[in-house]
Amino acid sequence: MAAHRCCFPVWLFILCSFSLFIIAGSQETTVAPEQHASVLDNPQTAAETAEQTAGESGGVEERRWEGTEVRDAAAQKQAEPAVLQPTPQPKDDFQEELVVRPLHSGDIYASFQFRTLWETDFMRGNKVSHYRLFPKSLGQVISKFSVRELHISFTQGYWRTMQWGQPYLPSPPGAELWVWFQDSVTDVDATWKELTNVLSGIFCASLNFIDSTNTVQPSASFKPLGIGNVTDHRFLRYATLPREIVCTENLTPWKKLLPCGSKAGLAVLLKSEKLFHSSFHSQAVHIRPVCQDWQCKTTSWELRQTLNVVFDLHNSGQGKREWSLFKMFSRTLTEACPLASSSKIYIDITDNPEGEQFELSPATSLLSQAMVLGDRRTFSVYDLTQQDTFGSVRSLNLLIRWKSTEGDMLRPLLHAERYVAGYGLQTGEIHTLMYNHHPYRSFPVLLLDSVPWYLRLYIHTLTVTSKGKDNKPSYIHYQPSKDRVRPHLLEMLVQLPPNSVTEVTVQFERALLKWTEYTPDPNHGFYVGSSVISSLVPSTVAMDTNSTRERPLFSSFFPCKEESSYFVRVYTEPLLVNLPTPDFSMPYNVICLTCTVVAVGYGSLYNLLTRSFQIEEPSPGLAKRIANVIRKMRGVPPL
Amino acid sequence: MFLSERRRGQLAALSIAAVVIIVGVPLWWRTTETYRAWLPVSQIKELAKLQLQLSADVEVVFARGTVTPEQQKKVPLTQTQEEERAIDGDLIILFLILLIRNTKLESKFFSCHVLFLPEDTALSESPCGSLVVYVIPESSSLLPEDVNVYIGQRRTALLRIGPQMRVGKTLEQLLAHLEPRIKQVLQVMSFSHNDITAALSDRVRFSPDNKESIADSMRAFKSSPGYEITFSLLNPDPKSHRLHWDIEGAVQTYIQPLLTKLSPVANFSIDSQTLYYTMLGVNPRFDTSRSAYTLNADSLAHVINPVEARLGSNAASSNPVLNFLLYVPDAQHSPLYIQGRKKQEVPSNAFHSPRWGGIMVYNVNGFYGSEPEFPVDINIDMAKVMGVFLAQLRLLLGVQSSTPPPGFLVARCGSTGLADWELDRLMWSRSVENVATATTTITSLAQLLDQIGNIVINDNIAQQVSSAVTSLQLAVAELEAGNLGFALQYSKEAILASEKAFFDPSLLHLLYFPDDQKFAIYIPLFLPMCVPILLSLLKIVSEARQRLEC
Repeated sequence: MAAHRCCFPVWLFILCSFSLFIIAGSQETTVAPEQHASVLDNPQTAAETAEQTAGESGGVEERRWEGTEVRDAAAQKQAEPAVLQPTPQPKDDFQEELVVRPLHSGDIYASFQFRTLWETDFMRGNKVSHYRLFPKSLGQVISKFSVRELHISFTQGYWRTMQWGQPYLPSPPGAELWVWFQDSVTDVDATWKELTNVLSGIFCASLNFIDSTNTVQPSASFKPLGIGNVTDHRFLRYATLPREIVCTENLTPWKKLLPCGSKAGLAVLLKSEKLFHSSFHSQAVHIRPVCQDWQCKTTSWELRQTLNVVFDLHNSGQGKREWSLFKMFSRTLTEACPLASSSKIYIDITDNPEGEQFELSPATSLLSQAMVLGDRRTFSVYDLTQQDTFGSVRSLNLLIRWKSTEGDMLRPLLHAERYVAGYGLQTGEIHTLMYNHHPYRSFPVLLLDSVPWYLRLYIHTLTVTSKGKDNKPSYIHYQPSKDRVRPHLLEMLVQLPPNSVTEVTVQFERALLKWTEYTPDPNHGFYVGSSVISSLVPSTVAMDTNSTRERPLFSSFFPCKEESSYFVRVYTEPLLVNLPTPDFSMPYNVICLTCTVVAVGYGSLYNLLTRSFQIEEPSPGLAKRIANVIRKMRGVPPL
Repeated sequence: MFLSERRRGQLAALSIAAVVIIVGVPLWWRTTETYRAWLPVSQIKELAKLQLQLSADVEVVFARGTVTPEQQKKVPLTQTQEEERAIDGDLIILFLILLIRNTKLESKFFSCHVLFLPEDTALSESPCGSLVVYVIPESSSLLPEDVNVYIGQRRTALLRIGPQMRVGKTLEQLLAHLEPRIKQVLQVMSFSHNDITAALSDRVRFSPDNKESIADSMRAFKSSPGYEITFSLLNPDPKSHRLHWDIEGAVQTYIQPLLTKLSPVANFSIDSQTLYYTMLGVNPRFDTSRSAYTLNADSLAHVINPVEARLGSNAASSNPVLNFLLYVPDAQHSPLYIQGRKKQEVPSNAFHSPRWGGIMVYNVNGFYGSEPEFPVDINIDMAKVMGVFLAQLRLLLGVQSSTPPPGFLVARCGSTGLADWELDRLMWSRSVENVATATTTITSLAQLLDQIGNIVINDNIAQQVSSAVTSLQLAVAELEAGNLGFALQYSKEAILASEKAFFDPSLLHLLYFPDDQKFAIYIPLFLPMCVPILLSLLKIVSEARQRLEC
């Protein structure tokens, strides 16, 4: 995690690799060829030149931005100084882009990103109250609750890492919210409570169910992604609602936050009936302070709205492996959002350099390379701000037609899964499996587990084993739960040996809830949020031998440290645990039964006390009565 | 033996019944009781009648030439005028006008014949809610010929004696002559019957004849401790228009002075936003005669709905929001004019919606030039826009001066956009409205709690109710004493406390605990226990009666 904060060398290295790549002279073309040429002339000072020219040339700046745009959110932090804006006239700026990645399973991964940058300071004395591109509702939230960073995501479906690879922005199923507050906040818990209620209103979600029983303060797993050096985790709150169901009513307010709404630009594609007819849907809002220039003299606020969706083509019953914007979103693109300073579509064509896998039409000559999740990817770029992108029909309908179904995906290096073992309703065991698929390097991972209080973890049974041997975590932060007050929090730093499976098991006991604490459908089970695994994973580029061949020899002897690892966050499946559930008519049955018992006892006692007892003359027997009748007839006195 | 056994049984039955009644019933009663804190019900009932007394201090200064020195000595120092008005049944409003006759002759003061003089002198400083009326002789040249009453910016008025009141009339005649006219001044500058009726609109059923005042009273926002003012620039066509508005500067210049002046009445917060691709709800019709698009007054009602979905509510507070929208029509539908009911153009090209806000249409086709190259950069003239919004803001806040009676001259409001007496007027009606609202809230809360016995009344609610009642009583007392500032302050506190009590979530807890479920739980125990006791008691009673008969 320390590597995240050394911005400058990292940036230098990105530049360095970028310019070296230009020298290598691949198929790449650039938007600003004149700048390109100057770089070519004196390769020794390539890095410096690029740095200087970036100030004046929008073109190079664009290129640079592309180089970092699609990275994982954590990696963004390193690249932030790259956003050089030569004193922009309006202090806010809006960018939109769509990345499409054809997946090997035949599915399509589409990732929308909308970014609003605003050079302002919400925390200064004078209230910010005049909004242009930044949505007013979120601005008010930031200034009222003194939020330093806010990350919220709503996800429907589970990201299948082994089939689809790593997502650009990972998110757990359900709703996730984590917030860093300013250190001026005195009562963080009260502010958090109020904030969740307000957000719940803004996003039409049940975030108001976030309370102290599902909120934790992770000590290491969630570091601020924006600038700022306060890492006191007292000001951090993290909560997930794995049960949350995401649907249209969450999408509509999300779309409303965009400056162009869903009227123009890429957002016209966001039709809810198509978006929710998919295998995976995730929408998120990230707000953080970022540097305005690379010296970080001024800061600005970044609002990043992302929407990731995986379309399942086989299930839609078309048979043909063919994909187009119209088929996916039932819309085509006709214009960029007029307010956006950049509006682009990227298609990942890394696995398709010669067009043997699929065919892309209309073809574009614009290519871009980026380091994404430790891998060097090539993208076809469609710039929507250029009129010729739309061609003569004035509408852009991207079409991908598969040619072959072969091809294999690079296995993701880190991957995790989780399940509950055991039988009966008293105890159980949580198993978390973490896979390191790297052939020869081990790396550390941070595992965060937040378990509700009604699963009472036996922390002494915690075992971490890899390759059959005990693997002692180098850091453990455990906060025991308090019944009905706070959940368990377990954070561990575990070293994953190369090419191995590491298994973390811990036993738990299921608690009995009070009868009002059960959900309306208690037999469905209770959700336990996903584990979060954060790690710096060695880059695949470093282990790829092909890339060393492409590069000049002098550049490739020592592996570069910064490039060789990248930040990944992996979420496991949420768990569904059955708790012992009573028969809910039981209280009434018990009342009836006890009342009956009391009534019976009382009745006999009452009878005994109030009845008067007297000895009754036994009546003569039948034989005696008959005898007496006969004796009467005979005139003899009765017996 | 037989009798004593019987007697013992009877005694046992009686003692069991006694135990059940003495121990069991109170135990059951105590354990199933809901906690209900004490509420000041009698005081609330007292308040519910809403007998308000409003009193305003009026200082009358006689100028030279209006009274003779002998008369002047005889002028009473104070005189009280009462006026009683009943509004809708049991509500009784007493207008209590306190006239303090000031007998100082301000000869020096009136010697300078400057019309706007009272504004500049420190003499006109008077506390909030009070008035100073200067009576000047008929021949005075201070006022123009046809003007009899001049109302200044502060709390002052000049009153010219009518022509029939020359010097030489008796003092009683003079006072009798002045009295209705001072009342008239008071109605313009402080409160009139209509104002108070409008402020009480929640409690009063309107008679159909005063529709005008209904419209007036419905226009202004309800009294609230704070308001959010949102200015929104609607740009439905960002491809053609790149709009720039200096809202920050405009707010500082035009709106802030007014709001600073209004700060005793409520807290205000201002923000602004720009919304793109916001369409109006109706399609404007093309008018070939003017080659312009027009919006009819009838269709204005449908304009707001689609826009409002985009406006967003205020996330940071729950105060009412005043929306002011500046709509720049798209290039295809430009220019756009609003047509009044009589088919004539509305000169300001703006309209407002009661208790919601205002919309102004700002045509930019003048900026296009001969060969427009889209997008056109347009700087919006904020002075023009803010003039309209300021007027709408005054209307919506209820700062509206009813047209003065003939012969009255009202001074133009200065830089703040609000005369002192206009603020006083607003404060009078707001105080009355607050008192009425808080009383209604407290009364209905008391009724609700009285009707539904299951509701738990916690101590904090009782405390809020008591503090609301106390503040209400104080507010009413201050209104009676004529201390307007304190009255408004207490009435605001009363509203806050009463709303807090009324909307407390703890009131909902046991509200929905139905009786049939209670019986279902009690019957298995109570039925088998009570039936034998009742039966044996009946038996004992009937036996005792038989014994008496023999």
